[in-house]
Amino acid sequence: MSLKYVTPVAMFKKYLPKDYVELVDFGPFGKTQDEAGPGNMGQFKELMEEHPMCSGCWMAYYIRLIFASLPCPEETVTLGTAGCGRLAISQAAVPFIYGNYGDQNAMASGLSRAFRLRFPDKQKDVITIAGDGGTMDIGFSMTMHSWIRGERFTTIMLDNEVYGNTGGQESGMSPKGAVLKMAPGGKQFNKMPATDLAKAAGCVYIVRMSPTNIKKAAKIIRRAIFVAREVGPTFIHAYTSCNIEYSIPTEEVFADAKLREKDRFQFEEYMTDAAKEVIDRIEAEEKAAHRAKKGIVEEEVN
Amino acid sequence: MSYERPKLVKTFVDINYMLKEAPRKQHFITGAQAMAEAVKRANVDMAIAYPITPQSEVMHLVADAFHQGHVKEYYRAEEELGTMSAIAGASRAGVRLFTATSGPGLLRGLEAIVSWSGHRVPAVLGILTRVVNAPLSIQPDNIEMAYMMHCGAVMLHAENQQDTFDMTLAAFAIAEKVDVYIPVAVATEGFFVTHAKGYVNMTSDELALTPFDAIAAPVPAMDNETPPARIQRDAPVQKSNFMSYLIHAVWQQEIWDCNKRAMKYVYEYLGGPIEVQNPEADVFVVASGCAAAQAREAHRTSRELGLSVGLIKVRAIRPFPVDEIRATVKNAKALIVPEHNIIGWLAQEVKAAIPNGGIVVGGPRVYGGMTLPVELIMKEIHTALGLEFNLKL
Repeated sequence: MSLKYVTPVAMFKKYLPKDYVELVDFGPFGKTQDEAGPGNMGQFKELMEEHPMCSGCWMAYYIRLIFASLPCPEETVTLGTAGCGRLAISQAAVPFIYGNYGDQNAMASGLSRAFRLRFPDKQKDVITIAGDGGTMDIGFSMTMHSWIRGERFTTIMLDNEVYGNTGGQESGMSPKGAVLKMAPGGKQFNKMPATDLAKAAGCVYIVRMSPTNIKKAAKIIRRAIFVAREVGPTFIHAYTSCNIEYSIPTEEVFADAKLREKDRFQFEEYMTDAAKEVIDRIEAEEKAAHRAKKGIVEEEVN
Repeated sequence: MSYERPKLVKTFVDINYMLKEAPRKQHFITGAQAMAEAVKRANVDMAIAYPITPQSEVMHLVADAFHQGHVKEYYRAEEELGTMSAIAGASRAGVRLFTATSGPGLLRGLEAIVSWSGHRVPAVLGILTRVVNAPLSIQPDNIEMAYMMHCGAVMLHAENQQDTFDMTLAAFAIAEKVDVYIPVAVATEGFFVTHAKGYVNMTSDELALTPFDAIAAPVPAMDNETPPARIQRDAPVQKSNFMSYLIHAVWQQEIWDCNKRAMKYVYEYLGGPIEVQNPEADVFVVASGCAAAQAREAHRTSRELGLSVGLIKVRAIRPFPVDEIRATVKNAKALIVPEHNIIGWLAQEVKAAIPNGGIVVGGPRVYGGMTLPVELIMKEIHTALGLEFNLKL
């Protein structure tokens, strides 16, 4: 139904915005990752193309990657809150719900439960994508409690270690000592241990990373979504630098992301046994499908 | 411990049958019970709860209704902002929703609640009034309603347990009308109504309102199922240009137009936004909620004394019955407005509704949990009529 819902009747196509028709014809709806995934970004009509983010924004790149990695974009709803991220997320061709400050995980709790109520036989992917302030400061209680309740959806924190959209203030995720607005003498306390908190609160799949490797980052986004479908809350804590507030020259944004990988964003992946079971099963299925398809192609070539 | 909630087989009926035709039986129950009994019959998909006195009783009973199979989904949220946000989220999936709160809880949830109208969330919110701190108190006082009056939501104010039952049921129907589709709040006084028993004529709980129809919604659910497809490529409201200002302005106008359009359903389901007794009177007591019960008693006493006194009970606070009140009091000499709050929000509304606001007597007012003795109203009536009154409390 959902694929049908995005697909216009052929005779209406000429009346619809070109952008929309191209999305349906050349976008990732109903396609596999081989056909329209991070591996061939730039070769298909992407869900997020235009955005108002700053030049060199690492967050914009990661958001683009999230949308390219979605296992089923036609069944996905994203939620977010105030911050730079929503400026780009709201321009992706996937329903986006913007509520109030930091309430994305509370909204997603209601939304995902109501989806299961209305569509018990379908899988709707609910993903909250919010910044460090929205997830760990103003939305802290709602983030933690959604995890404690075991709500089955994915939380992605875009951590740029600062309130970028409001002009560069200290956040709970800023590193100790960082001189930022509202912290003229440098931040006085430590960066919040987000992944430890997620673990204590009962997330069943948790990753901390600096997404420098596209394939790896995409795999993790998909794992988090697959596990949330069946097991429980999943959490990705991703470094998405703010090159403006941290004064990172555009050409050094990638190098900075590599550097962070060695300190505050060392790769960490945690999964429960139940989560591992889901990941192993789905990735084996994907591999088999990929091999089968490759076999067919080779046969055809021969 | 696993418990299989029973799957109840109910007869679905429309709101007009439920409110006007379905056989009723008299029960002697509290206001909290009356609200929960209405929820039982409303075919609610999801209820989200957070405790606060004096509301808690309502959501305890709704939890029981969930356990018994009358409500499909229920959970206790982390606090009121989480509750009200979850209501906003769930509503995007196209389901019927209920929650309730009181005083400080309402204010804590207000950031989310005031955006419900703009998000076109047709949920029903019970407000079981309580003082707003400080100093700390849990007593009845309806000052919180003043904070709710400017967010676009429809607001009904119940005088007693029967009103609470009927208004809560009507609220679901009003909220979901295609030309309304904004939240409806049903308020009544904490303790005075929630914890006191009164006679309530109720329909059978084997009847339930027809299910929520997500397809009929004027603003489609974000369920990736209901056309037109909501594939948002650009959010113009986020820009700083004239178009964004215009969109926001038009959206606000539409919300208040929705609110106005709710009035015809207040007539259809509840008999109108005001109840008038003795329309030829020189002096009217104008009151809403629990104060209307005291006003009714003052009216009765006055008639016994042969005084020219009428009663206007205000059922709908939003949309406010400006035309109805103006027409009723056009020959009146004084309007007495007793209230359960210090600022007198109803008196302000009444003053603004009529061309001769000087005839409004703001008060008597009680607050902080105090009861409203009929004698206080009688004193104002006598003063307005130029008569002596020996006030004894």
